[in-house]
Amino acid sequence: MRIGVLALQGAVTEHIVSIEKTGAQGMPIKRIEELNEVEGLIIPGGESTTIGKLMRKYGFIEAIREFAGQGKPVFGTCAGMIVLAKQIAGGEPGHLELMDITVARNAFGRQRESFECDLEVKGIAEPVRAVFIRAPLIQGVGPDVEVLTLYNDEIVTARQGNLLVCSFHPELTDDYRLHQYFADMVEDSMAADL
Amino acid sequence: METGTSRVKRGMAEMQKGGVIMDVMNAEQAKIAEAAGAVAVMALERVPSDIRAAGGVARMADPTIVEEVIKVVSIPVMAKARIGHYVEAKVLESLGVDYLDESEVLTPADEVFHINKREFTVPFVCGAKDLGEALRRINEGASMIRTKGEPGTGNIVEAVRHMRHINSQIRKVTGLSLDELYNEAKTLGVPYELLLEVHQLGKLPVVNFAAGGVATPADAALMMHLGADGVFVGSGIFKSDNPEKFARAIVEATTHFTDYKLIAEVSKNLGAPMKGIDIATLTPAERMSERGR
Repeated sequence: MRIGVLALQGAVTEHIVSIEKTGAQGMPIKRIEELNEVEGLIIPGGESTTIGKLMRKYGFIEAIREFAGQGKPVFGTCAGMIVLAKQIAGGEPGHLELMDITVARNAFGRQRESFECDLEVKGIAEPVRAVFIRAPLIQGVGPDVEVLTLYNDEIVTARQGNLLVCSFHPELTDDYRLHQYFADMVEDSMAADL
Repeated sequence: METGTSRVKRGMAEMQKGGVIMDVMNAEQAKIAEAAGAVAVMALERVPSDIRAAGGVARMADPTIVEEVIKVVSIPVMAKARIGHYVEAKVLESLGVDYLDESEVLTPADEVFHINKREFTVPFVCGAKDLGEALRRINEGASMIRTKGEPGTGNIVEAVRHMRHINSQIRKVTGLSLDELYNEAKTLGVPYELLLEVHQLGKLPVVNFAAGGVATPADAALMMHLGADGVFVGSGIFKSDNPEKFARAIVEATTHFTDYKLIAEVSKNLGAPMKGIDIATLTPAERMSERGR
């Protein structure tokens, strides 16, 4: 099983290391044709304006919409979550507009307010160490979205069918359980395909 | 809940990887940089080539410029403090700057001591021209390293030298036996524990960007080819004829640094690049890379 990591900008290698811990193969994705070689896709943390711009430039908006439309799982972390959202608070235009959530960018403030803490994630037994860096949060969710984690009553992890998002950076810790959760989603989607 | 941890500070730099950080002197330039796809902007009063031309003492930017830039962009804002100038760094942190550059581009405030960067909540980037300098800065709390290069010259040769030198020293350290590492730590003037980390990782424990002399999209791609995690562009962009186009070209060349056709495409009709300076014509006193050890 191969899982791609969109490699236009951001923390790509960290995600690949985490994916490989789950036993799946990780692959950086720089061009749209490479999407054909993977069964799941991670959109990493980085700068969402930069990633969004480059996605547009190289045809990734349509390509990833099609990829997700085939039921293949997509996991967005931090900037990746912003890129997947239907709506961005403050009127900024969305990017992929795939997941029925409204996100607020830099919702916790500037870098000096960035932090780490332990959080409970629904579906994962023990708390995970969550690293928030100029992180976004989910302000609103549609009816099909399942909330997986709250931090101070704010939504920071959610799932809608084959789409998974979180505000924090699971790739910056050695704990790969959230990647395992996603790898399981990919495996289930492949089993459903047969 | 913990702020300012090493993971949070180093992680911030990880998010910048594969990106371009651009020097800007006002709000308007900051907006152009953000629209072109910069991952961060460095708010300055003058770009390095102007600092070089003007001479005299170069200090941190007027807080008004920093505030204006913070107001108009949503990407991270960086700013430079003089080497060893604790108060400039604290002032910039209080303004909400996301990343501080303790930079040799400004005139050093202390010829011996760097800032104790561990006691800041906000992360620091520092310049280095060899592994010893890089690890000493990390030991002082730097969360990101960049080559010093020779800022404001439009000449990539020094950045190339520093990147190659650091990488070759890392390769050497990787091959040393554990007992040899103690002596190497002494030779380099760095803590053994940090050197052991390099030995195990085969790379620096923090992100390493290229800086100092990047003047064209091909220069940026060259530095990525040599193993840089990303690129700082100083004077190049807003000294060019068409900053917007130039900035976009650098971003694309950095992302697709092995796609030479694409680099050819984005390099077309960019207008005249910076004139540039032959490093050999600089006196030792004019070399910014000699500042800080």
